[in-house]
Amino acid sequence: MATGIRDKVAIIGMGCSRFGERWDAGPDDLMVEAFQECIADAGIEKKQIQAAWFGSCLDEVNVGKSALPPSMALRLPNIGVTRTENYCASGTEAFRGAVYAVASGAYDICMAIGVEKLKDIGYAGLPDFASGMGMTNVQWFPNMTAPGCFAMLGSSYAAKYGIDMKELKRAMAHVSAKSHANGALNPKAHLRNPVTEEIILKSPMVAYPLGLFDCCGVSDGSACAIVATPEIARSLGKKDFVTVKALQVSLSNGEEMSYTNWDGSGFVTAAKASTEAYREAGITNPREEISMMEVHDCFSITELITMEDLHISSRGQATKDIMDGFYDLSGKVPCQVDGGLKCFGHPIGASGLRMIYEMYLQIHGRAGERQLKDPKFGLTHNLGGFPFMNVCSIAIVGKQDA
Amino acid sequence: MIGIVSYGGYIPRLRLSRKVIVQNMAWYSPVIFAYAQGEKAVANWDEDALSMAVNAACDCLAGQEKAAVDGVYLASTTLPYADRLNADILATALHVREAGLGAADFTGCLKAGTTALISALDALAAGKKKSVLVAAGDQRRTKMASAQEMLYGDGAAALLVGGDRVIAEFQDSYSVSCDFADHYRGAGKEFDYSWEERWAREQGFGKIIPEAITGFLKKTGTSIGDYDRIVYPCYFAATHAGIARRLKADPAKVQDPMHAVCGDTGAAHPLVLLLAVLEEAKPGDRILLAGFGQGCDVLSFRVTEEIRNLKPRRGIRGSLANRAEMTNYAKYIKFRDLIEADLGIRGEANPNASLTILWRNRAKLLGLVGGKCRGCGTPQYTFTPVCVNPDCQAIGQMEDYEFADKGGAVFMYTGDMLAASVDPPAIYGIVDFEGGGRLLADFTDCTLDAIRVGLPVRMSFRRRVKDDMRGFTGYFWKVVPQATEARS
Repeated sequence: MATGIRDKVAIIGMGCSRFGERWDAGPDDLMVEAFQECIADAGIEKKQIQAAWFGSCLDEVNVGKSALPPSMALRLPNIGVTRTENYCASGTEAFRGAVYAVASGAYDICMAIGVEKLKDIGYAGLPDFASGMGMTNVQWFPNMTAPGCFAMLGSSYAAKYGIDMKELKRAMAHVSAKSHANGALNPKAHLRNPVTEEIILKSPMVAYPLGLFDCCGVSDGSACAIVATPEIARSLGKKDFVTVKALQVSLSNGEEMSYTNWDGSGFVTAAKASTEAYREAGITNPREEISMMEVHDCFSITELITMEDLHISSRGQATKDIMDGFYDLSGKVPCQVDGGLKCFGHPIGASGLRMIYEMYLQIHGRAGERQLKDPKFGLTHNLGGFPFMNVCSIAIVGKQDA
Repeated sequence: MIGIVSYGGYIPRLRLSRKVIVQNMAWYSPVIFAYAQGEKAVANWDEDALSMAVNAACDCLAGQEKAAVDGVYLASTTLPYADRLNADILATALHVREAGLGAADFTGCLKAGTTALISALDALAAGKKKSVLVAAGDQRRTKMASAQEMLYGDGAAALLVGGDRVIAEFQDSYSVSCDFADHYRGAGKEFDYSWEERWAREQGFGKIIPEAITGFLKKTGTSIGDYDRIVYPCYFAATHAGIARRLKADPAKVQDPMHAVCGDTGAAHPLVLLLAVLEEAKPGDRILLAGFGQGCDVLSFRVTEEIRNLKPRRGIRGSLANRAEMTNYAKYIKFRDLIEADLGIRGEANPNASLTILWRNRAKLLGLVGGKCRGCGTPQYTFTPVCVNPDCQAIGQMEDYEFADKGGAVFMYTGDMLAASVDPPAIYGIVDFEGGGRLLADFTDCTLDAIRVGLPVRMSFRRRVKDDMRGFTGYFWKVVPQATEARS
């Protein structure tokens, strides 16, 4: 009988590059930047890493196929490295690979690293989908972009709850303003300027009802984690280390886009993955027990709706909680503590690991100006693809004894 | 009895007032003032001759016995493919049978529409075919500030001819073929090359049409006074009237050539005009129809009592009523790709279309044919053989289910300014169909501010890819929100 991942694996080191428009750095530089911090933090030598998993998403414009890029960039000692690609969950998938490998007993020490170099394509936003949607979908999918697809949720969410679009836009603006405030406190964040809700509401429309400030940064960056068994962690002299409490992934099966039971007010996958994750972590009341979150705020509407799918806000109540400041840095469950995708940035393959990195820093009390008081459980969430066809990953990490 | 069993029309929603062309281009060519009356129908940026013909044919086949169709003829001078049967794309979009179907393109001159119709009727008369769909559409490219830009419009018409429930009995036909080239369009050329107008008027339209009609009357032993409606194309107003005078026809019985409301629709135009006549016809009416171009085709029909049983449809009248005025000349010439506007790097992506995928999925991709699960009855548009209903999930139980003729409602939508589009914002979303099923698709013929969740929609066949590098044109169905009145 499966017992889940709780407390079977410890995070012994983490690193994260500065995110942003890194005109100065290629993917190799970014990976080295994250790796150097990570291995120094772990206090081990490179040759002690026995296997690695590598997250990258848009291989057409990024590092190409296979897991050779980190093996060569870091000059890893001819160990097994496996590439994981699962849209925006790619980074968390790399983490899952490394964690499961340690938990299985196959290895003592493994690494997960993610990278995305998006700013070599010559235009704003993510690369055009046409080259990455699969050959059959290319024949019939609409002329769509990421903001457009998530923007559609605004229309169905507002229709479902009878919310005036102005009211919804106001809550979305608060989501973005809060992340800007948090990002301003983070030296590694891509966007570091505080922005008011008024400016956000006046920003030019990208895809109705999403304006420019409802969209996250498109960034270059890399993040890295080294994991080991708790025994190894202790043997390395680690105290109060962080352990993995839950790792869950859920994928759409096509019902949302082809069957009429989905009402367009939430993510089917996130609701399922979070339920499973709480069960795995032994959390019964997430609104009370989760200390902090990093969720996939690719767009403000995504974060808003995700608050309900994570069972923190009740259905239809996210706007109220958001406007009440529940998710602000000073709120009950601070969300996007490091600035989120919105301001820390979103190099796809690195994002899941970057989220875990912030939880890790917070639990160790190393989060500087944005440090929360004594957090126990941190939840991270990725949502890749489209609202009607997506991949969701959730990780919960916490203090060893939490 | 053989003849017309059903008809369908399609005139695109956008209309360009000729005044707009004059305001923008008369400085360059003042002679265009001569044609500045009324407006012309303009294909949207995602339409062409074939897509319009498909939509006309869908209008025509609604409620008809599709399984009986054993011929599909398509007439146009602006077909997307020189070697790939355009009529087979039409047939696939209509989801008619493949085995036992004869399909053909009729092209090469403006009377191709009437020639296709005569060929279909001849096949019926010979007992070689039972039910033939004849569709015609044209979307001719014209140079800025040309007479053709003023005169030509875009549109399509379709007729189903057969032997059952005939609404207009075919009586006879007569043709004149001669190499009178008042204009020509060389192979691979974009635009018509036209000779002096006076010659085209006097020696072409004004001489060949009356002579052909006279020949028809002589062949059939009838006189012009025997016909209640006389239909022939001619975009020169004075010449059009002159032809009636020469035939000694009552001007009240001559069909208006629709210059003011849509312009000349090329190979489709005789059929467009015939539809306009059929929409007003009463049993017993005798109709004389001519098509002009390198000679002249003449046909006659007698309207039957059955026309009273024909169900209402969009037709030409309904198409003309669904109208959005285009006031921006720059937008019009961009839609026609006469100017180069920056589309950004995002617009460069140009994957080729896999012909094996298109073949394997032809009913799905061209016909919008989804599945209906034999196990649970759920209609679905998917590419997997596993039923989408979570309580069923039967494997391999799909039977064909046509979505193209189903109405629906908007479920979610957006207007996207980031997507590379010649008509931003790119509007798209998901719609739920009446009777079940859900589709993610582009929206067209609409403006963002008119769309709401729950708004009724219909499907329309559109061009979605025009790959000039490889010469490929691809099609799919788009959502058209209903009851949207807006300027474009």
